[in-house]
Amino acid sequence: MTQLILFNVFNGLIIGAFYALMALGLSLILNLSGVINFAHGGFLAIGGYLAYVLIPFVGFWGALLIAPFLTAFIGLVVERVLIRRLYGRDQLYSLLLTFGLAYIFEDGTRFIWGAQSVPYQVPDWLMQPLSVEYFFLTGYRVFMVILVGVAVAGLFLILNRTRLGMRIRAGTLDLETVSVLGVNVRILRTLNFGLGIYLAGLAGVLAAGMLGLSPTIGNSLIMPSFVAIIVGGLGSLPGTLLGGLLIGVASGLTTMFFPSASEAVIYIMMGIVLLVRPRGLLGEEGRF
Amino acid sequence: MGQINNKLAANAIVWLLLLTAPFWMHWVGGYTELGSRVLVMALAAMALNFLLGFTGVLSFGHAAYFGLGAYGAAMTIKYLVPSTPLAILVGVLVGTAAAAIIGTLIVKLRGVYFAMVTIAFGQVFYFITFRWNTVTGGDDGLTNWTRVPIDLGFTKLDILHNPELFYYFILFFFALSVALMTILLRSPFGRTLLAIRENERRARFLGIPVERHIWLSFTISCFFVSIAGALYALLNNFVDPRALYWGLSGNFVIMAVLGGMRSFWGPLVGAVIFVVLQDYVSSMTQNWESFIGLLFVLIVLFFPRGVLGIVRRKVAS
Repeated sequence: MTQLILFNVFNGLIIGAFYALMALGLSLILNLSGVINFAHGGFLAIGGYLAYVLIPFVGFWGALLIAPFLTAFIGLVVERVLIRRLYGRDQLYSLLLTFGLAYIFEDGTRFIWGAQSVPYQVPDWLMQPLSVEYFFLTGYRVFMVILVGVAVAGLFLILNRTRLGMRIRAGTLDLETVSVLGVNVRILRTLNFGLGIYLAGLAGVLAAGMLGLSPTIGNSLIMPSFVAIIVGGLGSLPGTLLGGLLIGVASGLTTMFFPSASEAVIYIMMGIVLLVRPRGLLGEEGRF
Repeated sequence: MGQINNKLAANAIVWLLLLTAPFWMHWVGGYTELGSRVLVMALAAMALNFLLGFTGVLSFGHAAYFGLGAYGAAMTIKYLVPSTPLAILVGVLVGTAAAAIIGTLIVKLRGVYFAMVTIAFGQVFYFITFRWNTVTGGDDGLTNWTRVPIDLGFTKLDILHNPELFYYFILFFFALSVALMTILLRSPFGRTLLAIRENERRARFLGIPVERHIWLSFTISCFFVSIAGALYALLNNFVDPRALYWGLSGNFVIMAVLGGMRSFWGPLVGAVIFVVLQDYVSSMTQNWESFIGLLFVLIVLFFPRGVLGIVRRKVAS
C-alpha cells in the first residue's frame, strides 16, 4: 500500500514537473508580453521531434543539449515575424494567432512524422530500476526530476542574478519605465520569449521519453499548464512552480483511488482555488 | 436618415436570403444540411459575440455550454422522452445552469485571465463526457437516437425525414434568438453592457454593478449558445465530446472576428465563410487543421476588423 501511494505520488510529481516547466515558460511570456501562448504545446512537440531526429547523430545527451536551443531559435523567429506585430493591440488577437499556430504545429508534426507515436530511444542504463522494492524508481525518472530541478534553479538564477533577468522582472512590473530607462524592450521581449520556448523544448525532450512522442503530446499538456498558472497565482513564478507540482500530485493520487476523475480533478482544484482565493495561491492582490 | 435606410435594407436582405436558402443553395453548389449547419454555427458565434463584441469580455470556453446543450438534448431523447421540443428545453436548461454556476466563479477576472479560466473550465465538462462512457458513450459519442417528428395536433411536422423542413425549424429558433438578442441589446440593459465595454471604470463610478452585468451577459450568451448546441445535436442525430472541445471555442471566436465582431450580423457572415470553407477544404485535403491555422494567422494579421468592419469603413469614407 505504502509502495503504491509512493508510486503514484512520485508519478504525479514527474507529471507535475512537466506541467511546471511548461507553465513557467507560459508565465514568463504572459507576464512580460501579455500573450497567452497557445502554441506552447506545439513548441514542446517540436522539441521532442527535433530530439528524435538528432538522437541517431549526436546521441541522447547531445540531443538533450541541442534540441531545446533549436526549439528556442524557432520560437525567436516566430516572435520576430508574427507575434511582435500584435504587441499593444487587443490581447484577443495574439490569442487567436497562437491558437492558429497550435493547429499548424500539431498538423505539421503529424504530416511529417505520422499520427502514431514514434520510438524514442533513451539510454538503456537509464531505464533500469534502481531498487527492486521500489520498482518504479528508474534512473530515467530520477534523472528527469533532477534535471527539471536544475532547469528551474537555473531559471531563477537567471531571473535574480543576471542583468537580463532583472530587466525581465522589472519589465513585468512596469514595461514603460524600463523602456524609458534605456532598455531595448523589443529585444527584451524577444529574448524572454526565447527563454520560455527553451523551457518548452526541454520539457518536450524529456517528456517524449516518458509519455511517448506523438503529435498530440503538447496539446495534452497545455491545459494542465494553464491550470497550474491559475492555481499558483498569475504573475508569480514560484506560484506557477508550486501549482504545477500540486496538480501533478493530485492527479497522480486520484489515478489510484478514482481513475476516471484523474483529469477532472485538477479543474475542480482550480474551481476551489478561484472560489476561496481568486488571485491564486501565491498571486499578488489586484494584478489581474 | 440614409443610415437607417441602409440598416433596414441590410436586415431585409439577410432575412430574405435566409428564408429562401433551400431554394437557391444547390445552384451555388451547396446542400440543405450545409445551410442548417451554417445557421447553427452562426447562432453560436452570435451568442459568443453578445459577450465578446457587445460586453467586451473574451470567453474562450463557449464550446462547453454548446456541448452541454447538445448532450442535454441528445440524452433527453435517448433516455427520457422522445420529444424534440422537450429535448431542446432540457439542453438549454443544462447549458445555462452550468454557465450560471461557473459564471459566479469568474466574473471578477478580466482580459486574458478570463479567457484562460473559461477555457480551462470547459475542459471539466469535456472530460466528464469523455470518461463517463456508460451514459455518454465516451469517445465514440452518443448514437442510436434520432430527432423526433413534431405532432402539432392538426398536422405533423416530419423534421426527421424532410431536411428542408428541419432547416426552417432551425431558422425559427435562429430568428427567435436573434429577435431576443436585438431586444436585449436595445434595452437599457444592453446599453449598459456597451458602456462597460467602452469604459469599465467609468461605468463602475456611475454606480453600475459591473460584476452582476458581466455575469448576466455571460449567462445570457451561454443560454443562446446552448440553444445552438441542442440544435447541433438534433441536426447530426449524434453528439460526441468534440462538441465540447476547446478547439471549437476557438472556431466560434474566429467566426465572430472574421465577420466583424462589432457588427450585429458579423458572426453570421463569419460563420458562412468558415463553414463553407471547412466543408470545401476538408473534402479536398487531409490537412484541414493546417489550413484553418493559417486562416487564423492571416485573419489576425491582415483582417482584424472582419468583413463587415471593412465594409462599414468603405461606406463611411
